[in-house]
Amino acid sequence: MKYESQRIAKPYFVFAMMLFAGQILFGLLMGLQYINGDVGFPYIPFNAARMVHTNLLIVWMLFGFMGASYFLVPEEAETELYSPLLAKITFWVFVVAGVATILGYLLVPYAELARITKNELFPTMGREFLEQPTITKIGIVLVCLSFVFNIGMTILRGRKTVINMVLITGLIGLAVFYLFSFYNPDSLTLDKYFWWFVVHLWVEGVWELILGALLAFVLIKVTGVDREHIEKWLYVIIAMALISGLIGMGHHYFWVGPPKYWLWMGSFFSALEPVPFFMMVVFAFKMVKERRREHNNKIATTWAKGTAVMAFLGAGVWGFLHTLAPVNYYTHGSQLTAAHGHLAFFGAYAMVVMCMISYSMPVMNGRPQGNSVQAQKVERIGFWLMCIGMLGITFALTAAGIWQVALQRIPEAGKALSFMATQEVLKPFYIARLGFGLIFTAGVAAYFASFVVANKNGKQYPDANATLAE
Amino acid sequence: MAEKFTKSMARNIYYGGSFFFLLLLLGLSVDTVRQLPKREHREALTEHVIAGKGLWETNNCIGCHSLMGEGAYYAPELANVFDRRGAGNEAAFKSYLRGWVNAQPLAIPERRKMPQFNLTDAEIDDLADFLIWTSRIDDNNWPPNVEG
Repeated sequence: MKYESQRIAKPYFVFAMMLFAGQILFGLLMGLQYINGDVGFPYIPFNAARMVHTNLLIVWMLFGFMGASYFLVPEEAETELYSPLLAKITFWVFVVAGVATILGYLLVPYAELARITKNELFPTMGREFLEQPTITKIGIVLVCLSFVFNIGMTILRGRKTVINMVLITGLIGLAVFYLFSFYNPDSLTLDKYFWWFVVHLWVEGVWELILGALLAFVLIKVTGVDREHIEKWLYVIIAMALISGLIGMGHHYFWVGPPKYWLWMGSFFSALEPVPFFMMVVFAFKMVKERRREHNNKIATTWAKGTAVMAFLGAGVWGFLHTLAPVNYYTHGSQLTAAHGHLAFFGAYAMVVMCMISYSMPVMNGRPQGNSVQAQKVERIGFWLMCIGMLGITFALTAAGIWQVALQRIPEAGKALSFMATQEVLKPFYIARLGFGLIFTAGVAAYFASFVVANKNGKQYPDANATLAE
Repeated sequence: MAEKFTKSMARNIYYGGSFFFLLLLLGLSVDTVRQLPKREHREALTEHVIAGKGLWETNNCIGCHSLMGEGAYYAPELANVFDRRGAGNEAAFKSYLRGWVNAQPLAIPERRKMPQFNLTDAEIDDLADFLIWTSRIDDNNWPPNVEG
């Protein structure tokens, strides 16, 4: 670690991982509810569990990105963070707001939460992923502003590398597009149209900039490949991400009211969305192959390659499967969508945050060459169990989705099975999904255990070697 | 990548490409916003429909159901529930919806449960108006059949 203020990343990562654990628990609960509707009812109805599951995901992603930025930006800018104190205050404000909101979801009925938080004064609640009370949304904006300000001032003060510039562009985009969550018009079609300005322009837009920057940073660190070379790749990847992703948003506009031209525009451009993810795979493997140093934090390299591959599969391949309008006509809003969502989010964003953690936590703990061999072994088990678990979930949901389309969507009215009847037929797939969910959970447990092992045998692998350290 | 392809070329593609497509997106958005009133029949967007949308949101209906294919996939699609359960008759649909919503949760073991939201009859009618209005949006003929 070059700068003392990078250490502020640690609480962000720790809290992100706690939220991640919570997300998985609620995922398991929903996995059970898909099989037996009585589980948890009426104490935690499905809608509350889902809201907690998805909102925990969003919030831990934000904590992860923030932690990653606090670690990365000072090192890239070659200066201390502008204000470590502000970063600490922001952390606690976000923790309190986040925990209070999640408790609100769980402790009172949602309509009651809307009443308590005076939603009627400025209604923004009750839309998927944007369920946060308006007051929480304002809090998120303030937290993001303080964060972007802190990061921005640090960059202004120091070296302006391509990685830093791409990262801050992504972070500003994240903050700006979230503002659309305050726009909740009476017209449902307008509402849906601009809802995607948050959701799509985040995950299929500016977040890819963040992903690319974090990946590039870790690759520079573990491979020692020339910065010029890595930066060139980064530019091409994010160029393709935005060129395909901006109009690619049209694949969400097929069946929710917007005009017909979105059918072919959305199909064409979103069909290109796998390109940047494929380039990320080539990029990660090529840089590792051309490495100029042997970094002993092997598992961080595994995460870097893994996030590229899993993001390509989840966002690229599984996205492409149902992105063309004639296919999407049948698959829209089926279990296939859920399959894609799970693998894409895990592969692209959950994994890149864990990649950053895997690289930076040992550094912050005084082990610049990575954790002990034993700890890395345990972490590797976690890595594989999570990947296999998530792939299994994806395959189970994909099979469920295809079968759902065959029974419920393709037959003519009268011959088609109803939604509820179809869901009964799909139960074996949901049981398989729950099984893979348990494997995933075991992976998370192994991953957490690796931190304990690392701290127990604090000596790094093989031992401190100053020439390799940077 | 070949050495002839320099970093500044890559950077220019990034800036030029994203700027161009951002502008295109803005243009298409303006056009879409102009076309939406006709496609959604905004003239039929009454106070009741608006109130219904509010109830839809404050009860987190999207947490289980999908609406025009978006939302959760735990409970049936509702953008076409008027076609499915009302068969084109608004009064019949409203009385159906009152009966259905008031009967929740159904006491069928293991069946997915819909909570009791304690809505008044007037509120359920607003919700029905919202769903009826939604069913008439021109959504390029989705879903493929009435089952949603």
